[in-house]
Amino acid sequence: MAPSSSLHRFANPARFLRLAAVVQPWAAGLTIAALIAGLYLGLIASPGDYQQGETVRIMYIHVPSAWMALFCYTNMALASAVALIWRHPLADVIAKATAPIGACFTFLALVTGSLWGKPMWGTWWVWDARLTSVLILFFLYLGYMALYNAFDDATRGARAAAVLALVGVVNVPIIKFSVDWWNTLHQPASVVKLDGPAIHPSMLWPLLLMALAFTTYYVWVLLLRVRAELIGRRVRAIRLRQTQVR
Amino acid sequence: MDRVTEYLAMGGYAGFIWPAYGLAAVVLAVLFVASRRRLTAAAAELAAVEAVERSPSGEA
Repeated sequence: MAPSSSLHRFANPARFLRLAAVVQPWAAGLTIAALIAGLYLGLIASPGDYQQGETVRIMYIHVPSAWMALFCYTNMALASAVALIWRHPLADVIAKATAPIGACFTFLALVTGSLWGKPMWGTWWVWDARLTSVLILFFLYLGYMALYNAFDDATRGARAAAVLALVGVVNVPIIKFSVDWWNTLHQPASVVKLDGPAIHPSMLWPLLLMALAFTTYYVWVLLLRVRAELIGRRVRAIRLRQTQVR
Repeated sequence: MDRVTEYLAMGGYAGFIWPAYGLAAVVLAVLFVASRRRLTAAAAELAAVEAVERSPSGEA
């Protein structure tokens, strides 16, 4: 029982809240610092691309947003699995709190991609594998949130949404490899490659800093939402007890 | 002044670059503010129900 008992140590909300109180100011500070550095390098200190011109600057928003869209979904699916298998209450809260953040990043990836696609590809949108699979990811997030709140019994809603999150996880490798498996307008990976990134450092740095800022932003907002949800559940429990006493 | 105008023009792509940055700023700021409001609202609610618990009559 060792793995589950060590897991359940973090399930203890009091322990989690103490951890959150330590992590949150760091996440906030890192977000602001990385954002300032990333925006400075991305908007001022870096050159335009020899092919894309100044539109390459959209990539400093688009690529980190797309990474976060996948990262948040993977987190949500993992937390959902833990919630389903071990009935871990904190995992359920983390999955629920991640969904709107992931949906926002997916939305940003889609719209900023469109804003880059119009001048560079000559079209706002094409129904190719990469773009379509990311649009499906966006609908998976929306479906998860709708399903979570669709039941009168909160436990059943959580269970149904967790199953949806797990079924939808097949979409994550499809998105990742869509540019290799199908012919597509979307270019293949240029940062995460076996032979190292194919990007000049002057463009790689703003990209990585913005990715760091988005990741710590996720942690920051996640902690706010998880704390709110834990307090909300405590309020409901106390209310229930009060109505039973009377 | 010319250099500022030239910078803001973004090589003719201003209409695509600035909306991308502006939208990202708005979406992330709104999500952050909404999340923090939820937390403050939840904390206020908890304080209210705990006050009811503590009051001897059980009334607010």
